[in-house]
Amino acid sequence: MSINIRGASIVDSTVGGRPADVRVDDGRIAAVVEPGETLAVADLELDGTGCIIAPGLVDLHAHLREPGREESETIETGSRAAALGGFTAIVAMPNTEPPHDSRPIVEFVREQGRRAGLCEVAPSGCITVGRAGEVLAPYAELRAAGVTFFTDDGNGVQDPQLMRRALEYARDLDVVLAQHCEVSSLTKGAVMHEGACCSRLGLPGWPALAEELMVHRDIELCRLTGATMHFLHLSTARSVELVRRAKADGLAITAEAAPHHFSLDDEMLGGFDPVFKVNPPLRTSADIAALKVGLADGTIDAIATDHAPHASHLKEQPLDQAPPGMLGLETALAVAITELVVPGLMDLRGVLAALSWNPARIARLGERHGRPVAVGEPANLVVFDPNEEWTIDRGRSASRSSNNPYHGRSVRGRVRHTLFGGEAVVVDGEARR
Amino acid sequence: MRHLRSIPEIGAEGIVRLLGLARNMAEVNRRPVPKVPALVGRTVVSLFFEDSTRTRLSFETAARRLSADTMTFSVSTSSVNKGESLRDTVETLDAMGAAAFVVRHKSSGVPWQMSAWTDAAIVNAGDGWHQHPTQALLDLYTIHESFGLEPTDSSLSGLRVAVVGDVKHSRVARSEVQALHLLGAEVVLVAPSTLLPPDLTGWPVTVAHSIDDVVDSVDVLYLLRMQRERMNEALVPSMSEYGARFALDARRARALRSRTIVMHPGPMNRGIEMQVDPVTLSGSVIGAQVTNGISVRMAVLFDLLGQPEGGLPS
Repeated sequence: MSINIRGASIVDSTVGGRPADVRVDDGRIAAVVEPGETLAVADLELDGTGCIIAPGLVDLHAHLREPGREESETIETGSRAAALGGFTAIVAMPNTEPPHDSRPIVEFVREQGRRAGLCEVAPSGCITVGRAGEVLAPYAELRAAGVTFFTDDGNGVQDPQLMRRALEYARDLDVVLAQHCEVSSLTKGAVMHEGACCSRLGLPGWPALAEELMVHRDIELCRLTGATMHFLHLSTARSVELVRRAKADGLAITAEAAPHHFSLDDEMLGGFDPVFKVNPPLRTSADIAALKVGLADGTIDAIATDHAPHASHLKEQPLDQAPPGMLGLETALAVAITELVVPGLMDLRGVLAALSWNPARIARLGERHGRPVAVGEPANLVVFDPNEEWTIDRGRSASRSSNNPYHGRSVRGRVRHTLFGGEAVVVDGEARR
Repeated sequence: MRHLRSIPEIGAEGIVRLLGLARNMAEVNRRPVPKVPALVGRTVVSLFFEDSTRTRLSFETAARRLSADTMTFSVSTSSVNKGESLRDTVETLDAMGAAAFVVRHKSSGVPWQMSAWTDAAIVNAGDGWHQHPTQALLDLYTIHESFGLEPTDSSLSGLRVAVVGDVKHSRVARSEVQALHLLGAEVVLVAPSTLLPPDLTGWPVTVAHSIDDVVDSVDVLYLLRMQRERMNEALVPSMSEYGARFALDARRARALRSRTIVMHPGPMNRGIEMQVDPVTLSGSVIGAQVTNGISVRMAVLFDLLGQPEGGLPS
């Protein structure tokens, strides 16, 4: 199957906007030519006029709910949402039922991803058995099944001694441990960010300190052990500052931020809609500003969605009982462009670094994803119009759930085509599988 | 659709109108047969997901005195125990023809979530730590009555009110502070820092950390209920230490000025926040609060359901 994409400009880790026509054949990029140069007619001709062609996006943080919570999402529906959002690889979070702490589960997840065929589904592994924070998960067994990214996401590893041992043991396996930073004794019953808004709304507060304390602890554990570490969904200004200093000290630390944490603040909960309940919680405008600065100056390496679908009946519970989480795969690129590129804080290439080649490198997916748009490279590509304005509609989602916090928002930047493994899985904004 | 969900949603104008209406209702309540046909044929559903016999009875009495039909949805005997969702419960009762829901729930925000699922009026009878607007209204009614004041948007200016106790977990305090401020009163919160909300930005209050700082200088001493469970959360070391700093005892009662009134939303914890028999307090208006509660709730239901065009501003 051959595909030509004509009229777009390339942005990748090597170039920042070169007009080119691209030909894909047999899963790889077969030709990259100047516009107007002759390209033989392909089986599928895709229009890229006005678009950027870039390596496919990579999400370090997607909850796909299968196995165990298929009423909220399946690997297939989540993969479709990912493809529509321009992602060609997603790291599946381990908090399924059962969780990703043994080889059969991660093989099942990978196989379901393969069957869906919409993007690469890379299962993460648990840091501890059952995500219970007591016993180390079998990293080598999971590594043999291809797992390179380990996290107890949803839970932080509370015990500092256990975390130290995890970092030390993981060091020789070329894997990365990723922490969900939350000291749980500070967040018992917490519903939203601790501050003026929660005080007014009468909701139990989730202090910024609960995150920052663990960020600080883990930075010091990295300093002690020499291990590498990734911080998931940083949400506070102080966390960004801690990571900035740790990086300046030369520690091998990476970090991500979720689009909702740099676009929505805690006041969104004023109407008590559980769609805006998320872990970590939406913070203040000052935190939003600090996250944007952190992304712009490279303190934060990656934008990760924390796509967390929940069926309507779960989100329609009272706010303190409703599960935390919001959708993100289909809106991440547009929210990032709208919040970071449009106001001039970052250029498109910086945003794509945070959405593609940086996360590909962090998750050890860099052999297949986040590659330059060049001859011979795997054809995992996104083609998007950075200027198209559209209105987000939760009813038009490919996800099985509709907990979309951006419903009704006008944003800029829209995915037109996604190519995965040389196949056009999204054409003109419609999934083809 | 129009609701009574919070004090800020009705504002000073709504408070003043309801207090005026409550005075008419009090007149009805003084009649030999305290009942009017204002809400004949309208159904008021009490939906109490959290036990509160006194509030529920007050609302149901108010509804009946206006000749409304009442339904009580009691959670302990209902399908909620079989796993029925809040939404399904609301939609089922809506389908039975409810004109208004009076709802009490342990979770903040439930009245707002409910209003997405029904066209009926929602009366918030207490949501989590958030709001309890009819309590604030009946308290303001009682304050006006005690001091012989006519409700206006500044009728409480010059009045100093101390709210003492567990403000952090108190829906009464949140409604109370906002309502008192809207009519011009000066409010001082009296509590240990552990029982105050984490951030008081935007609260029109001052703070004191011992009841002794305020007993001889306030016009209204408002005691909140102190729950024993707060000890387990390390918010106070012991009930006796709490009492030593924040309870109304005989010595402090003697320090009150003669015009000072003492209020409590009930149910009272004798021996904890109330270490003196309120019967012996000349300034206690705790009984009047309960009586006035019926008039105020009649006013609220009448305002929501009694006038085809009227209602509270949303």
